[in-house]
Amino acid sequence: MLGRTLREVSVALKQGQITPTELCRKCLSRIQRTKFLNAYITVSEEVALKQAEESEKRYKNGRSLGDLDGIPVAVKDNFSTSGIETTCASNMLKGYIPPFNATVVQKLLDQGALLLGKTNLDEFAMGSGSTDGAFGPVKNPWSFSKQYREQKREQRRPKLHREREGTDWLIAGGSSGGSAAAVSALTCFAALGSDTGGSTRNPAAHCGLVGFKPSYGLVSRHGLIPLVNSMDVPGILTRCVDDTAIVLGVLAGHDPKDSTTVQDPVKPFTLPSLTDVSKLCIGIPKEYLVPELSSEIRSLWSKAADLFESAGAKVIEVSLPHTSYSIVCYHVLCTSEVASNMARFDGLEYGHRCDVSVSTEAMYAATRREGFNDVVRGRILSGNFFLLKENYENYFIKAQKVRRLIANDFVNVFNSGVDILLTPTTLSEAVPFLEFIKEDNRTRSAQDDIFTQAVNMAGLPAVSVPAALSAQGLPVGLQFIGRAFCDQKLLTVARWFEQQVQFPVLQLQGLMDDCSSAFENEKLASVSLKQ
Amino acid sequence: MAAPMLRGVSPVRRWSLAWVDGGSRHRRTSPNGSTSNRIREQSSVAQQPLHTAQKPRKGGHKWAAVVGLEIHAQISSNSKLFSGSQVSFTAPPNSLVSFFDASLPGTLPVLNRRCVEAAVMTGLALNCRINKKSLFDRKHYFYADLPAGYQITQQRLPIAANGSLSYGVFVGNRWSHMATKTVRIKQIQLEQDSGKSLHDDLRSQTLIDLNRAGVGLLEVVMEPDLSCGEEAAAVVKELQLILQALGTSQANMAEGQLRVDANISVHHPGEPLGIRTEVKNLNSIRFLARAIDHEIQRQINELESGGEILNETRSFDPKLGCTVPMRDKEGKQDYRFMPEPNLPPLVLYDTASLPAGADSQQVINIDQIRDALPELPSATRKRLVQQYGMLPEHSFALLNEAGLLQFFQNVMKETRAEPKKVTSWVLNTLLGYLKHHNLAVSESPITPSALAGLLDLLDSKAISSSAAKQVFEELWKGEAKTAAQIVSEKQLELMQDQEALERLCQSMMEGHPQVVMDMKKGNPRAINKLIGLVRKATLNRADPAVIKDTLERLSS
Repeated sequence: MLGRTLREVSVALKQGQITPTELCRKCLSRIQRTKFLNAYITVSEEVALKQAEESEKRYKNGRSLGDLDGIPVAVKDNFSTSGIETTCASNMLKGYIPPFNATVVQKLLDQGALLLGKTNLDEFAMGSGSTDGAFGPVKNPWSFSKQYREQKREQRRPKLHREREGTDWLIAGGSSGGSAAAVSALTCFAALGSDTGGSTRNPAAHCGLVGFKPSYGLVSRHGLIPLVNSMDVPGILTRCVDDTAIVLGVLAGHDPKDSTTVQDPVKPFTLPSLTDVSKLCIGIPKEYLVPELSSEIRSLWSKAADLFESAGAKVIEVSLPHTSYSIVCYHVLCTSEVASNMARFDGLEYGHRCDVSVSTEAMYAATRREGFNDVVRGRILSGNFFLLKENYENYFIKAQKVRRLIANDFVNVFNSGVDILLTPTTLSEAVPFLEFIKEDNRTRSAQDDIFTQAVNMAGLPAVSVPAALSAQGLPVGLQFIGRAFCDQKLLTVARWFEQQVQFPVLQLQGLMDDCSSAFENEKLASVSLKQ
Repeated sequence: MAAPMLRGVSPVRRWSLAWVDGGSRHRRTSPNGSTSNRIREQSSVAQQPLHTAQKPRKGGHKWAAVVGLEIHAQISSNSKLFSGSQVSFTAPPNSLVSFFDASLPGTLPVLNRRCVEAAVMTGLALNCRINKKSLFDRKHYFYADLPAGYQITQQRLPIAANGSLSYGVFVGNRWSHMATKTVRIKQIQLEQDSGKSLHDDLRSQTLIDLNRAGVGLLEVVMEPDLSCGEEAAAVVKELQLILQALGTSQANMAEGQLRVDANISVHHPGEPLGIRTEVKNLNSIRFLARAIDHEIQRQINELESGGEILNETRSFDPKLGCTVPMRDKEGKQDYRFMPEPNLPPLVLYDTASLPAGADSQQVINIDQIRDALPELPSATRKRLVQQYGMLPEHSFALLNEAGLLQFFQNVMKETRAEPKKVTSWVLNTLLGYLKHHNLAVSESPITPSALAGLLDLLDSKAISSSAAKQVFEELWKGEAKTAAQIVSEKQLELMQDQEALERLCQSMMEGHPQVVMDMKKGNPRAINKLIGLVRKATLNRADPAVIKDTLERLSS
């Protein structure tokens, strides 16, 4: 049951094959068994069971609320949850219990979803590995998969075998790595992430999931603890595109509490079945073909393009000429907003407060030094530098101009007749933790956001869809980018692709016995896009 | 409940117009008079020395002061600028604080329509260009009563700009010499108020009250067109009246709804402007004038004794009567302005640009607001002058005291007395009593109807002026008697029996033949003596003019 998609399990609930409480307990137990992944910071067992009970009543009375009623979900720990600790994986917010729900959380609960817990992340979502949080790194469930382990054994690397139980594990990607691990490890059916530079799509790609970043303004940010307000969006992680569409249908729309959400009423997100792609024009941005891109992903990318072409779609090379400025531009804009957004954490109203009481200023300084990790403090420092009167013109204003150019690149491409852009999501598959931490957070973030970040600058919708397993037996995702507010079309194309590639479900070793039933319907590693 | 307390701390309520001549003994004028449009200009005014120029400098140059004001007016609205919290001055600490006001992470600002309308109204009333598109910015600084670590304001593109404000000043100490001047308004911006810090030095702790945090402010930034405290006071008073007429701010300085910062420098005319200081915490119009004049003098003294002016922030100490540097540990702040990313540009429309089918709840139409503007103080004064033949200075006096104009108009509705008479009684007698007893117009024990009744009696010559004063005093006791009742109880009505008066005059003349002789010789004091005697005999109930007529007739 746990291995099913959201839609499938929703049908099972409706048909009474399983009750919400049974489903909730299965998930909670799965969370316990996969605790070593460190996917969750807080497991809200009591809350979830109570919600399950209520959902069960509704089903009994024939008054279920819809597709999400009774569905266990997880939420990244940077969304405010009323009565449930919300930490942003930071010492600054340890023990902080928001008095209100983020709009997206409230919408899920209003639809009867069960909130299992809050998932792990990089501190304040600053990172691309989910390795830099106050609660430790998230482990990629695929590190423990049958698929990956078998490949490893074939490669006969005995050294690594010895380390298996220790540090021989892969990063989940980030910063929504906890949410990705939670969905990938089958502890829940959907999870909320946040996406500022790729934080939903990156871990989705590494964990073999669909990771969706909606158009900026389509989904409310109210209650999402901000990283970069002008780029943040709530993201959705699910095991298939259809599930994403269901969740998006619930979340999308104007929120009076977020003035940047669209005013126009949003239509329900039902995905039309796409059988004919011949009218589609798929753009392949040439600037995304960078030397750092692994040859394996490069080859998968081109196979995916061929797939569209052979199905009749027009596939053309396009140019996004300002792509290379994206990283440095993002750095200035991101750190500037971070410096501003983090100013509220002063230890006065909520969160961590140090013991220093010499003066208000000394208290601020010590509180912030103790509360934030090096990554956060580093970004605050850079951001304040860029915002200084003497630097503002040279950095912030210039970065804003470059941002406009980057956004215009996309507009130009779409106006030239391209419907959807197809790109890699990441440079490579997930790397081992020990490998990852050889570089600092800043370098990693800059490298890993390369394909995903520009989309945030332009406010476009984008989705990472699992394309295949790599030679190592690890998931590889490809990214589709659509026109602003053409989220439905984007997902429709993504689903067509998903149906062609038939990506396999993760098989966790050692957990097989617990969830043998979960895997009975699944194909084993049948990948249409073979290397 | 609050009134007695406020009375004690309100230095604003004084004799009408005292603020224009009370602050300074010096005569003043504008440096070149270019923007002045004087009503009764005197040729001598232009030749008068500059305000602070009594002391010739070594080089013989004169000093000119340059004063610019930044005024924060709290918007009168039910809820705060970006949150739904209520706005109230008297609520218990931290009882009006939303999650946004306390800067809980993840909360977002939602702009209050009423505050935008108030800004547009104020902008229009101050002859500003209303920007159809304006932007919000974050201004960063750490302070305990600023929970987010930044204030949302409009630094780059404010909602209104390039306006002007005309105000009246009285030249010298004489009411009759009035000039209308103009100060340019640089911009009006919408911004958030901060909370309040209460420093408890005894326990060395700071208590924070966030009730005020996030209340909407209009910051009115003026060009440095002023030259002395008196002008600044007149400008602030006029702005206060405009805001109150519009209803966009209660503009009560004692409650902090109107706060003034003054930028002050001195220089020699024709030379570059001097280094300026900023004087903050000016919480009454009287202190404002005193603080500015003091600061101007301090700067002149400093420069003349070879010192230099520091670009610093000073505050006015009303007890010492001087400005003192404020403790500013941070030194010069860099506010690291940044666009507020959570608020889209604020777009306003006029009738021409209004999109078809726009929901009137979602858009703001500038033209509609302009059409609905109430009468502004300058127009009211003009109307008073035209309608009642009132002197301009009296129209100022009537408006400067809250509620006095309404009182005057109510009296006018009910009395047959001449407007001039009513004006005089309201401005001199009534206001005098109110001031003497430290009362607001709304607290007057005499109602407009009661005063109207009294003035009717006076107008119909049923009582003498002196009797009227007596009746006024009785009315002041507030015993719910009408003027007519008091007159009849106290037998204050004028003698209407002409024959009886004649008999009285006759017998008085017979009793004082020497005085009659003097009178006939043409000694003017003689008849006055007789008038006095007759009045005394009538217990002041006879009209002196009638007595005089009678005496003259009888002696001829």
